[in-house]
Amino acid sequence: MHKMQALLSRDLRLMWQKRTDAMQPMLFALMVCVMFPLALGSEQTRLAQSAGAVIWVAHLLASLLVLDNLYRSDFEDGSLEQLLLAPVPLALVIASKVAVHWLTTALPVLLITPLLAQLLFLPEGLLPVLMLSLVLGSLLMSLIGAIVAALTLGIQRSGMLLALMALPMYVPVLVFGAGSVWQAGQGLPWLGGIWLMCAGLALLLILAPWAAATALRIALS
Amino acid sequence: MNKIILWFNQTGSPARFDGFAKRWATPSFVLAFALLAIGIYGALFAVPADYKQGESFRILYVHVPAAWMSLMIFVIMALQSGIALIWRIKICELIAMASAPIGAIFTAVTLISGAVWGKPTWGTWWTWDPRLTSELVMLFLYLAVIGLYNAIDDRRAAARAAGFLAIVGVVNVPIVHFAVSWWNTLHQGETIRLIGPSKMDSSMLWPLLVLVVASKLWYIGSVLVRTRALNLQQESQKQWAIERYGESA
Repeated sequence: MHKMQALLSRDLRLMWQKRTDAMQPMLFALMVCVMFPLALGSEQTRLAQSAGAVIWVAHLLASLLVLDNLYRSDFEDGSLEQLLLAPVPLALVIASKVAVHWLTTALPVLLITPLLAQLLFLPEGLLPVLMLSLVLGSLLMSLIGAIVAALTLGIQRSGMLLALMALPMYVPVLVFGAGSVWQAGQGLPWLGGIWLMCAGLALLLILAPWAAATALRIALS
Repeated sequence: MNKIILWFNQTGSPARFDGFAKRWATPSFVLAFALLAIGIYGALFAVPADYKQGESFRILYVHVPAAWMSLMIFVIMALQSGIALIWRIKICELIAMASAPIGAIFTAVTLISGAVWGKPTWGTWWTWDPRLTSELVMLFLYLAVIGLYNAIDDRRAAARAAGFLAIVGVVNVPIVHFAVSWWNTLHQGETIRLIGPSKMDSSMLWPLLVLVVASKLWYIGSVLVRTRALNLQQESQKQWAIERYGESA
């Protein structure tokens, strides 16, 4: 436990040194959301219809773009190989990495989501549903991403390949997350998708760090 | 040692596998072609047209075997990768990686034949139905496995990484299979059953069964040829390959 705390505080301090980087996914999501009124036309009803979906896709793309940073800097300065040898189970190391990564990349985007919702005229009552589905969804995407990103560590320019590998895995998250917002918008019961995401989260919280540890060992062997 | 276990262990050696693949690839292809000819003849000429869909239903004789193969090959790929990761058997890595392109093609055939059938029957090439979407995701997963395998330079590390992706991606297989019963979809539910009576008339069923067997034999022939090629590529500097095929092999 003591070692875990050391690891967590190290990662958090490293992130704090590069705190301006946390702005980037936020700005990126904002810009994606700005593109849509420009492309779709500024008609309020049409934007309101697609607002939930657009914000979901913006989140998804933002989380995809920062995925490569999850292990990359630790891999390049060699500290990842030291962590493999550390007397802490690798799955726990990864769990702490994912937690810090989520706090510094997904949380900022979540914080400006109410603003994005205003920009795109999301109907009033839908914001809580959207936030709930996004909190669950961003956690799920970080956990799935941890597995996929570990596999591409050995490759130099892995950006596009990483996207091609991660997007098919993100499909169920998007379907249930954006689906529940859409259902709420139609006045249908929307909790089904949320419960499924909760179930997926419970499963992945246990399985994903372990799977990512296996993937990391494969990539670094 | 048990004879069957012994056989598996021996065939796992690259040199032995090469001989095995060479021996069995041609017979599987010949048998597959013969059954394909019989099955296609049955599907196109012998079977009566459907009373509701007319002639267009005949495309199902391609669509259904291809769809089953796309799922089966993914499971085989994941199983072989699992074996390769646990016991480090090189041939299993190669079989998994050789299966990926075959499975991708079967998945593409499934999607394309489904679209061609969907146009006259549903009035649209494509619909965002859970079955169709999950099958499309299946294709993307195959392509991701192939992409990852090609992106890593060290062939064995590449096979292990791509194999692990296949193991993770196998969760999509039950989603594709159960998509028709979990959600309300346009795609019809199960018609053919292993257990219990099928909902398809036996006069229409036999070409389908023949084609299902033919596609499996085709896969066996194809995977043997491809695995043998990958195997020879990696083993070209080994003593046995040089002895058997000369220096340039």
